[in-house]
Amino acid sequence: MAELQLRGVEKTYGNGFKAVHGIDLDVAEGEFMVLVGPSGCAKSTTLRMIAGLETITGGEVRIGEQVVNDLVPGRRGIAMVFQNYALYPHMKVRRNLSFGLKLKRKPKAEIETATDEVSGILEIEQLLDRLPKQLSGGQAQRVALGRALIKHPEVFLFDEPLSNLDAKLRASMRVRITDLHKRLRNEGRPATVVYVTHDQVEAMTMGDRICVMKDGHIMQVADPTTLYERPANDFVAGFIGMPEMNLVGCVLSHDGGTPVLTAGRQRIAVPEGLAGRLSAAEGAVRLGIRPQHLQVVAADEANAFTGTVSNIEFLGHEVNLHVEVEGAQFVVVVPSAELDKKIGRGDQVGLRPLGANIHIFDAESGINLSLPAD
Amino acid sequence: MAAFPDLPKHSGSGERDAPTQLEIKLRRKARFNAALRYTLLTVVGLIMVYPLVWLIGASFKTNAEMFSSPGFWPKNPTIQGYIDGWQTSTPYTFGRFFLNSLWIIIPKTIGTAVSCTLVAYGFARFEFPGKKILFASVIATLLLPNVVTRIPQYLLFRDLGWLNTFLPLWVPSALAGDAFFVFMVIQFLRAIPRDMEEAARVDGANTLQTLVFIVVPMLMPALISVCLFQFMWTMNDFLGPLIYLSSVDKYPVSLALKLSIDTTEAFAWNQILAMSVLALAPSLAVFFLAQKYFIEGISTGGVKG
Repeated sequence: MAELQLRGVEKTYGNGFKAVHGIDLDVAEGEFMVLVGPSGCAKSTTLRMIAGLETITGGEVRIGEQVVNDLVPGRRGIAMVFQNYALYPHMKVRRNLSFGLKLKRKPKAEIETATDEVSGILEIEQLLDRLPKQLSGGQAQRVALGRALIKHPEVFLFDEPLSNLDAKLRASMRVRITDLHKRLRNEGRPATVVYVTHDQVEAMTMGDRICVMKDGHIMQVADPTTLYERPANDFVAGFIGMPEMNLVGCVLSHDGGTPVLTAGRQRIAVPEGLAGRLSAAEGAVRLGIRPQHLQVVAADEANAFTGTVSNIEFLGHEVNLHVEVEGAQFVVVVPSAELDKKIGRGDQVGLRPLGANIHIFDAESGINLSLPAD
Repeated sequence: MAAFPDLPKHSGSGERDAPTQLEIKLRRKARFNAALRYTLLTVVGLIMVYPLVWLIGASFKTNAEMFSSPGFWPKNPTIQGYIDGWQTSTPYTFGRFFLNSLWIIIPKTIGTAVSCTLVAYGFARFEFPGKKILFASVIATLLLPNVVTRIPQYLLFRDLGWLNTFLPLWVPSALAGDAFFVFMVIQFLRAIPRDMEEAARVDGANTLQTLVFIVVPMLMPALISVCLFQFMWTMNDFLGPLIYLSSVDKYPVSLALKLSIDTTEAFAWNQILAMSVLALAPSLAVFFLAQKYFIEGISTGGVKG
């Protein structure tokens, strides 16, 4: 296993379109790094550049000590799992698994031992003599995983491997992959993983760290907790979390030393914990509050937004309350038990941020102004 | 009695509702339509296949009976046509001409399959300078009538000293000269996702290994179609051998058939027809053997392009 380094990696296509804008990324040995972002954010392109399936037009990719820019995929010490499995359709599972080793001219006995070991780990022993077309989606994905595992690569690359599976299978495969990663780590052969997905649940549950991308730029690289609690900018804040973070345009002013946010005709004071960090900021900002961090109070209470309930979604254990405040839509997640049953559509309610759980983003750059200075 | 749970309950029992007038009418109409359709198709089919049936029947007739009775069934069936026809009027038997045909067809077919795969793989999977122009010229040769290139080709092969050898028949095909096949394989390849090839490259295969171990097996239906077409077309090719082969010992079947017309004083039609039947046999045999893949090949290649 080895660490992976990307230094100023760029991708410009022949027609001049720049897909990746000089990104830097370090993946430590044995780390599970997830690349996540909306479609078109170049996460797959980045992965394919690491794999050697796309040429790198600028910067450097290093695996271990070696710069691999000009190496063919087979010599980079990587293994890749593809979205649609990409099993060789004319080969039985056994040959699919061993194809890579055969190309390396490994001795037959070694190949057989490796095949047995991998098929044992992934519980695909009974499938070894089947053709890929005789496999279900989950089985095919396990074989694809086995084909990667058998090579003992320096770096594992996953390109949205679960998106062709149904929701239930996806959940179990998610657990299986993370378990496998932990197991390899405990057995003393940690696996460095780069995992591309557009699904934030996969990203949050699987990744040691997550790299959020947008339009060929890295927005933030952090562990799931940091990403959720301290998003670096409004994009990350909006992308991570379900339902999405409420983002609303405000004006930040200082009223006798206390920062105050004004949205339309409504004003709330910035919670004390944050006030100190905002002393230098002023003017147009975006206020971000997670739906879980709003409390429903009576209309017209101090330090709360007042709005009209536009929709109520009952989800069982909780309720999503949609409230229109000064033309902006707020979503509030309220535990079903705590919701005042009398509240209905068209009612006026107050929404108060819980504690210091708000984020203030620069209106232009989107940078989070409310993060501690560290 | 054993129960059949998978059968609908009312089948066989009297519970089923009686069909309405409309249903009866519709059913009768459908049956009439089907009968009409099948009758028409059968008649047209018989008309199309009749010459072939006549050919086979006539090959067992005597030469005297050939044009005296119009039916295809011989009055006094005889295999004399086959025996005499096989001997030919030349020093060689027809077996020699069959061997010549095979000696032309097999290298040509193999050459076509190999060269078309290489060229199509290049066009379908790689970017290189001048690709568009080269591809356009491949398509242009597809549209060019063969006759136009006959004379320059003849002069070229004459200067190379290849006249009266099989080389002019082999070499153009072995260099992917049959643009139609190249085009067909390209279309087929375009329908195959690249992921398997990428997986093979990640597994450590180089370009040639990827082609041989991954692409060719997936291309098999298309390649079988290519081989089959090439086999049949070459078997039936008359003009090519006529132009380039001058000594009788190199003649393939197609030329040999004409030979018996030219040299026999009174045309022994029964011999010619008997040898024609034999000449049809290899193409038919190959076609039926490869039919399954062949149909898969042309349908996939044609539709998904």
